[in-house]
Amino acid sequence: MAADEQLAMLVQADRVHRSVYTDPAIFELEMERVFGRAWLVLGHESQAKHPGDYFTTRMGREPVMVTRKDNGEIGVLVNRCAHRGAMVCAEGRGNAERFVCPYHGWSYDRSGVLQAVPFAGGYEKDKLPKGLKAVPRVSVYRGFIFASLSSQGDDLETFLGPARASFDDFVDRAPGGELEVAGGVFKHAYGGNWKLMLENHLDGAHPAWVHASSVAVARGAPEPGKPGEEHYYDIAVRQMRQNGAPDSVWDAIGTWTTPHGHGYMGDYHDDTRLVAGLGNPAFEEYRRRLVTCVGEKEADRILRVTLWNTIIYPNCSFMSQFRQLRIIHPVAVDRSVVHTYSFRMKDAPARMFRDTVAFANVVNGTGSWVLTDDLEVYERIQHGLASGALDWVYLGRGYGRDVDEPDGVRRGATGTSEIFIRAQFTAWLRYMSQ
Amino acid sequence: MSVEQFLYYEARLLDTQQFEAWLELFTDDATYWVPLERNQEDPLETSSIIHDDRTLLELRVKQARHPRAHARQPLARTVHQVGNVTVSEEKAGEITVNSTLQLVEFRSEKQRLYGALVEHRLRRENGGFKIAHKRVDLVNSEGELDGIAILF
Repeated sequence: MAADEQLAMLVQADRVHRSVYTDPAIFELEMERVFGRAWLVLGHESQAKHPGDYFTTRMGREPVMVTRKDNGEIGVLVNRCAHRGAMVCAEGRGNAERFVCPYHGWSYDRSGVLQAVPFAGGYEKDKLPKGLKAVPRVSVYRGFIFASLSSQGDDLETFLGPARASFDDFVDRAPGGELEVAGGVFKHAYGGNWKLMLENHLDGAHPAWVHASSVAVARGAPEPGKPGEEHYYDIAVRQMRQNGAPDSVWDAIGTWTTPHGHGYMGDYHDDTRLVAGLGNPAFEEYRRRLVTCVGEKEADRILRVTLWNTIIYPNCSFMSQFRQLRIIHPVAVDRSVVHTYSFRMKDAPARMFRDTVAFANVVNGTGSWVLTDDLEVYERIQHGLASGALDWVYLGRGYGRDVDEPDGVRRGATGTSEIFIRAQFTAWLRYMSQ
Repeated sequence: MSVEQFLYYEARLLDTQQFEAWLELFTDDATYWVPLERNQEDPLETSSIIHDDRTLLELRVKQARHPRAHARQPLARTVHQVGNVTVSEEKAGEITVNSTLQLVEFRSEKQRLYGALVEHRLRRENGGFKIAHKRVDLVNSEGELDGIAILF
């Protein structure tokens, strides 16, 4: 049987074979065919503003550096010396005139072109490499940096499709449209497959169970303060309480998927003071600044968008209302690392960013009440799926009742439908069988 | 009670899982801070691994006791090894104490080791001390960490 047919047997309409989470050979193939082909989110232009600015990251397992070239464009280079393979750039960020390999001093300019080679006479001149390997495709959508390790495939706009609206929402909310990465980067690891995170972030049926303990303690917490009398802890308490919304709320919010496996969910927050900061002077000032930039009508439209989490398959999850973005780095079939970024709206009142930080700490923080329970469950799934007693993972919530919408969008019959996981596996199988 | 004895007593409460008694060591206006970044000065515009006032710290202790706190029940077993204690002069009613912490955590067949520089600000009360501020700088706070569901 051809390998592709075997892969197709692992992904069925409402179930997948457990080996897609546990088989190291499938993981290797995913790195080559999913992470090696899809557009991946690498970061944001604010992380490399000026010529020579760079930051390192990974595309799947490929170490890369994102640079601002002298011509102002963003470039992505494989962080591996063309000579003997050392990473030319230590992990991190900074500004460099040249990238100089620590091993034999080969140096490269900001575009990765080889500039100088010590002991040059020792090499056959026409055999010297031209420079660092450039990642073949790089593109930017509204400030967010994408790259693909494959020279072929859909262009970025097609890849994103209707999910562009989520990025638009992210950027449009900032008065003047200017965002910057700020406030530190959480890096957390878990002992589970990379897909488990993406299968969790739009799952409206999990908070009542996974987050039961944080919901319970938040309900017992002191009441949040009146407008203008907010406590430091209000954001934390409000958000944790909101995870305990009744089933009917989760079912009503809506879940959508796109042809490339992306997905987004509606907002489940009925606590108006959490998201909109209603009555909060800082939010009113923010709204005024947004109106100044885009006018009353457009500001209203922007603030009425109620998207919560968005998944960009296969490596990113973000939410625009508190400006959080997570990038997943698969390490092994049963080990993943997630980097979580916060964004500041440059022209919004400072208080808005304090709320972003407070929200990041309580929901996405490595030591938070909320994230830690998600990580525990991912690890329990990974342990459970090691069992050979059962082969199939059932993804049937809402199956058979998906609704077609324009532009290839499909909506779950309810907000708690597992449609987004099924859509991810449809995309997965397409990447894997190309 | 000496400052050293107080720190050992605090560690003992954590290692014997007497979290409610540990919470009582903190003043009502206390802060408990595990910064994300090295030399972090600001807890409001830069994220923190933990940044709790007394209210949030109490929620943290309560969560640990909740039967469906998946990452916390059963409770991790820990050893807080406190060392290199240095005590500064008392200023404005507070004594600043610096120490090092090595913490071994065991839970779900996994053992983890943490190292940290710790700062306490203590106030004298009823012949003992209360903690007005505790800051724990993990040596790997900027590294890739597993979820943290224990108390430092």
